[in-house]
Amino acid sequence: MLSVKDAVVRYGAITALHGVSFEVNQGEVVTLLGANGAGKSTTLRMLSGLHAPTSGTITFDGDDITNVKAHMFSSMGISHVPEGRRIFPEMTVQENLEMGAYGRKDNYVGDMERMYSLFPILKERRKQLGGNLSGGEQQMLAIGRALMSQPRLLLLDEPSMGLAPMIIDQIFRIIGEIRDGGTTVLVVEQNAAHALRLADRGYVMENGVIAFSDTSEKLLHDPRVRAVYLGEAVE
Amino acid sequence: MKDLWQNPRVKRIGAIMLIAVLVTVMTGPEGNGAEPTAGFTGSFAAQASFFGIFTVQRWIVFSLLTLIVVGAIALAKFVHRSWNDRAHRGGSDASAMSTRTPLRRRLDMKSSRYVFYVIVLVLAIFLPHVITDNSWQTQIVQQILVYILLAIGLNVVTGFAGLLDLGFVAFYAIGAYTTAWVTGALPTPPPFHMQFNTFFAIPFAIALAMLCGVLIGLPTLRLRGDYLAIVTLGFGEIIYLFANNLFGITGGATGTREIPFLSIHLGSLKYLWGLNPVPYYYLTLGFVVLFLIIFSSLEHSRVGRAWVAIREDEIAAESLGINPLKYKVMAFAIGAASAGFAGVITASQTLFVTPPTFTLQFSINILVLVIFGGMGSIIGVVLGGLFIQIFVVYLEHSPPSGYNSQDLYMYLGALLVVMMIFRPAGLFPSRRRRREIDQIEAGTAPDAVLTDVGPHNRVQEEMS
Repeated sequence: MLSVKDAVVRYGAITALHGVSFEVNQGEVVTLLGANGAGKSTTLRMLSGLHAPTSGTITFDGDDITNVKAHMFSSMGISHVPEGRRIFPEMTVQENLEMGAYGRKDNYVGDMERMYSLFPILKERRKQLGGNLSGGEQQMLAIGRALMSQPRLLLLDEPSMGLAPMIIDQIFRIIGEIRDGGTTVLVVEQNAAHALRLADRGYVMENGVIAFSDTSEKLLHDPRVRAVYLGEAVE
Repeated sequence: MKDLWQNPRVKRIGAIMLIAVLVTVMTGPEGNGAEPTAGFTGSFAAQASFFGIFTVQRWIVFSLLTLIVVGAIALAKFVHRSWNDRAHRGGSDASAMSTRTPLRRRLDMKSSRYVFYVIVLVLAIFLPHVITDNSWQTQIVQQILVYILLAIGLNVVTGFAGLLDLGFVAFYAIGAYTTAWVTGALPTPPPFHMQFNTFFAIPFAIALAMLCGVLIGLPTLRLRGDYLAIVTLGFGEIIYLFANNLFGITGGATGTREIPFLSIHLGSLKYLWGLNPVPYYYLTLGFVVLFLIIFSSLEHSRVGRAWVAIREDEIAAESLGINPLKYKVMAFAIGAASAGFAGVITASQTLFVTPPTFTLQFSINILVLVIFGGMGSIIGVVLGGLFIQIFVVYLEHSPPSGYNSQDLYMYLGALLVVMMIFRPAGLFPSRRRRREIDQIEAGTAPDAVLTDVGPHNRVQEEMS
């Protein structure tokens, strides 16, 4: 569905990605793991058109989307939940969700109801301002807003960041439900344990390259992953 | 003692007293070299009349005025609070009792607002019959209606889309010079080498101002916040320098030749807008109403929602399929339209266009109206513009003794300081804007709102 080949991204003189290749297949949840500064967020920024790669190609459903502008992505069926959630703080929950459907010309009332059944707390908070929600609620709102454009591929940037463990469980359970609903998901995470338990496959990034990749099952038992991301001593 | 200063009420009263002292000194007698302190002490000791009722020392007059202001504010707050309490109680009762009542209340609010608009419009229509003084009428068109047109245009750019534009006067200049060009009052030949009726200047000026908005917007609107402000400031200066120095095209510092009045010649129908300001008043008023309707319906349209989204978080807006550049350029062009029209009115009524009208100071004056009235709130900007411009015209028309035309900025400055203390979001802020500013004050705003007026700074973002 989505495939990235030899992508290089530079910020001025600094090279953030040195030739990254990976793919995401229809119906999968794929996770991109890595420590701070490994290039995860840069990869996602590149995938949402916020920063074009210097070289390499990105294809989505066979179409070359390497140089497509950020605002075109949602109409192609790729929706991005940005890092830090980026809720519109002065819009109500309902208005935030409506903004998610901005590019749609059809009736989205049904989807709105679907979001409220996926996130019942948002229905309660419908008339409240986005900026007044808790971190977990904001994350749910950000996901709901992204889903309002009916994406086929959902990109999630660090959905667990700054959230309490109980909320993280809830968020990941919902991501699972989204996948079961037919949406492909690419999730960038530092929280490897959660991400691998949910995902089908995982890629591990280090210093701007993909160090290794495997199925989640194998990565969960891989000593390199266990040592670095799951906090176990190497024996 | 320190706790006392933390009390907002004490702070406010202190600020009012400080302003009263400042105003006393500002309006007091002039000092002289021989007695350097005479101007200062005289400001308090000299005799002054209290609304012609009695004459006492100035300091007593100003103390009384200060007391009146403090009392009026306290009263206004009290009325406001009890009004709010009632509304709140009504709200909770209503939602508990039935679902129909809130809707009816909203309808009531809406219809009472329309009644208010109609009353204001009727008052505006009858105004020339109340104020019959010719020079006042001219001032009302040139200093109030034209300024309101400019302010509501700038409000689209700065208030709706959150783009700080310090060169807005450029579009006004383009409107004025287009009028001169179309009517053949410039050294350059008019379009198609024919002299048009001044009425044709209106579509020409609006179109050209909008086109310039697009042309300037496309390269510069990729910038954000402070950077955009500097570039627009430069644009304003460039237009001013063009007007001043391109002698062969704009007439240079001496200005244009005489621009004819507006006129209608349609078969037997002949009407000439002459030196009488009343027809100009009605024409301009009509266009003010037209622009108000267009701008307020834009505010609540899809375009308006895209502007809010861009203002609050540009990257989030982009990720939802909104092209920020497109909507920002649109805001620039739409805002420029009313400025272009204002230029036509000024050019045709004052007969000549000269460059000194179009300075940076003018842009700042317009921005002051927008900020004073409440950024993003159309009704606030109109009322704020009315308030300040009536004050300005009044000072020009019947200046207090010892008033110098440059003192105006001192008074305006003091007015802005007072406004910033009591209503930091403007006189009549839009609901959303007020919340944004409240959040900044409380220090709880997300970064996106903190960089107000300009939205998120992507450069910083990429560095992190």
